[in-house]
Amino acid sequence: MDFQGDANLKATELRLGLPGTLNEPAKQSPPSKSSKRASLEIYDESSSKKRETSSSDVDDRDSTAPPTKAQIVGWPPIRSYRKNTLQPKKHDADALGTFIKVSMDGAPYLRKIDLKQYKSYPELLKALEIMFNFSIGDCSERDYYMGSEYAPTYEDKDGDWMLVGDVPWNMFISSCKRLRIMRGQEARGLTCL
Amino acid sequence: MAEEDGDHQPLRGSDPPDQVLDTVLETVLQFLTCRQDRNSASLVCQSWHRAEALTRSELFIGNCYAVSPARATARFPRVESIYIKGRPRFADFNLMPRNWGAHFRPWVSAMSRAYPWLEKVYLKRMSLTNDDLALLADSFRQFKELELVFCEGFGTKGLSEIASKCRQLRVLDLSDTEVIDDAMDWISSFPEGETPLESLTFDCVECEINFEALEGLVARSPSLKKLRLNRYVSIRQLYQLLIKAPQLTHLGTGSFSQSENIQHLDDNQDLDYHSAFAACKSLVCLSGFKEVMPEYLPSIYPVCANLTSLNFSYTNINPQQFRSVIVHCHKLQNLWLLDTVCDEGLQAVAASCKDLRELRVFPVHPDEDIEGPVSEVGLQAISEGCRKLQSILYFCQRMTNEAVIAMSRNCPDLVVFRLCIMGRHQPDHVTRKPMDEGFGAIVKNCRKLTRLAVSGLLTDKAFSYIGQYGKLVRTLSVAFAGDSDMGLRYVLEGCPRLQKLEIRDSPFGDEALWAGAHRYYNMRFLWMSSCRVSRLGCQEIARSMPHLVVELLRYEEEDAPFVEEDNNNFSVLYMYRSLEQTRNDAPESVTIL
Repeated sequence: MDFQGDANLKATELRLGLPGTLNEPAKQSPPSKSSKRASLEIYDESSSKKRETSSSDVDDRDSTAPPTKAQIVGWPPIRSYRKNTLQPKKHDADALGTFIKVSMDGAPYLRKIDLKQYKSYPELLKALEIMFNFSIGDCSERDYYMGSEYAPTYEDKDGDWMLVGDVPWNMFISSCKRLRIMRGQEARGLTCL
Repeated sequence: MAEEDGDHQPLRGSDPPDQVLDTVLETVLQFLTCRQDRNSASLVCQSWHRAEALTRSELFIGNCYAVSPARATARFPRVESIYIKGRPRFADFNLMPRNWGAHFRPWVSAMSRAYPWLEKVYLKRMSLTNDDLALLADSFRQFKELELVFCEGFGTKGLSEIASKCRQLRVLDLSDTEVIDDAMDWISSFPEGETPLESLTFDCVECEINFEALEGLVARSPSLKKLRLNRYVSIRQLYQLLIKAPQLTHLGTGSFSQSENIQHLDDNQDLDYHSAFAACKSLVCLSGFKEVMPEYLPSIYPVCANLTSLNFSYTNINPQQFRSVIVHCHKLQNLWLLDTVCDEGLQAVAASCKDLRELRVFPVHPDEDIEGPVSEVGLQAISEGCRKLQSILYFCQRMTNEAVIAMSRNCPDLVVFRLCIMGRHQPDHVTRKPMDEGFGAIVKNCRKLTRLAVSGLLTDKAFSYIGQYGKLVRTLSVAFAGDSDMGLRYVLEGCPRLQKLEIRDSPFGDEALWAGAHRYYNMRFLWMSSCRVSRLGCQEIARSMPHLVVELLRYEEEDAPFVEEDNNNFSVLYMYRSLEQTRNDAPESVTIL
């Protein structure tokens, strides 16, 4: 019986190289400076820097004090879908204040405002005017935003874009998801109602 | 060694004994299903490597950028189902630019040529377009199962392609996936006549559906076992579906409330929901209740006794309402809740659900610095009542080491322990000490632990415990924790099985990064955001480890005012091993070193 050729032997050869490659495995440059020894040296040098934390000094940990009350992106780690889906209960009047995004056509940055800070439409509109440095004109019951090339609109719970000011204030803040200040051609279409 | 039988076997290039060996090998290896076993088998010798590659029918790609579609399809020519993971988990929390990558396109293109008989695609955290779905629908005649988890980029148009063209479709499951409303009635796109549909999950789809078409579809899908509706399906409509499909085993109830557009007075008459549920004798998994009207909850009592899985995590009910349901659920193994059930509700769980394996408690108000409805009391109760617990995810505002230690002792089978104390740097609520001892006890006493997420005030000591005892830990999530580089070093040097390490806002820098260099080729990825690593440190790593992809991500969105844009000019370090050259689909906000 004749064991034919090297091909057979090579196929079943047990070797240290990975069987996926036919050639000798390419020399991998060893991660030179990352050996434990090297890193231990670094550690020794910096061991004096190691801070001691006594567990009772909780209040002294100001070097890593978190920004107070600022909105931290991605914390707590809850996905937006879940956050958006959890509506406050229908009869729950004390919904927590919601920050909503405000965009203005032509402005490079969006802003965020807390609707609960405002008690009425004029207050809100004034704040927007200041924030984006524009003028919305007179806001009267009849002729919304006359004399302005801006029209404030908002996206409601159903995803529809509405003109700000149509519904009672309380209904507005509970259904408003985001604001967009339109300008130019589109805006004029709205103000000429 | 078979004798050459010249009459039957014409001599070929490869010799018969070789052929016999390969054939035997392939026949045997076919039975290997576990991919770790297959990976081991493929390392034995070239012959095994080849045979294994030819017989692997299920391909798992843990990181879509670790290997290219060309390489994967070249090595494994006979794949029938593929599982691809894209973005890392922290991308779910808006910590990554939206267009970062993880595109399905190159994969579906390669597979359309390489695997015309492909039957199953499972994608997690990938981006795909309507065109990708169209290509999929056109390319694979035998296509049977599509599961998309945490994906985005496509719309109802793409769904319509799948529904209409994949005649053998058995599973269409969309979980936590964003679907754009292309104003396409995709439910109507399913073909006429009986369908082989077994599972249809669209509870995350945020657009209206054609209910009449859905009703018709359910009626002509006799094999349908799993149906998960979105919140645009009212409880009345649910009733109409249930009476057509009492064979369901898994049900997502949709809104579980009356539709807001009540057109007829008749609608006020309540249907017999109780009987409809009672008829579903095979129901074992219940979810949905997205806008629940609690007065309808009693209608599910008939199925509670059989339930092994209940997802109330979108269900805003109080402890009393919850208790009246949970007391019936003795067989429950998986339970997801909203914290509106309070510690009281958790005590009810502890009393009724002795078989519980997995518990997740989500916060209804995911804020910091508020009074939370669940606390260490609930955790303690669960640990005492549910001794078989294997997996827990618990969001709370306050916790104590004592409760966590109790859980480590009462639930030694824990495999997954994820505790999120939502206030950053929160110490033990009672003793004001760090949470080191609690998490230390978990790694020490839960010998099977593979996944750990820590929170609260933690010093390097906690990490020394993890490094010392967490020998099986594969996934570790760290946020706002630790004192110094030593913390990270303990973990990198002590946890040999570590695969996925995600860290944010912790004081770990270049020295710690270096300390782990010997590990990175054996890990799936390392994520560090808002830590103390510098560009220089990352460059050093990138230079010395050619098969490591080192990505530096910058935030572009205005939503991140807190991010320190110092001279390092990046916010996220994301690095992973890869067999490929640098990818060419990265957006501008990503620098690949």
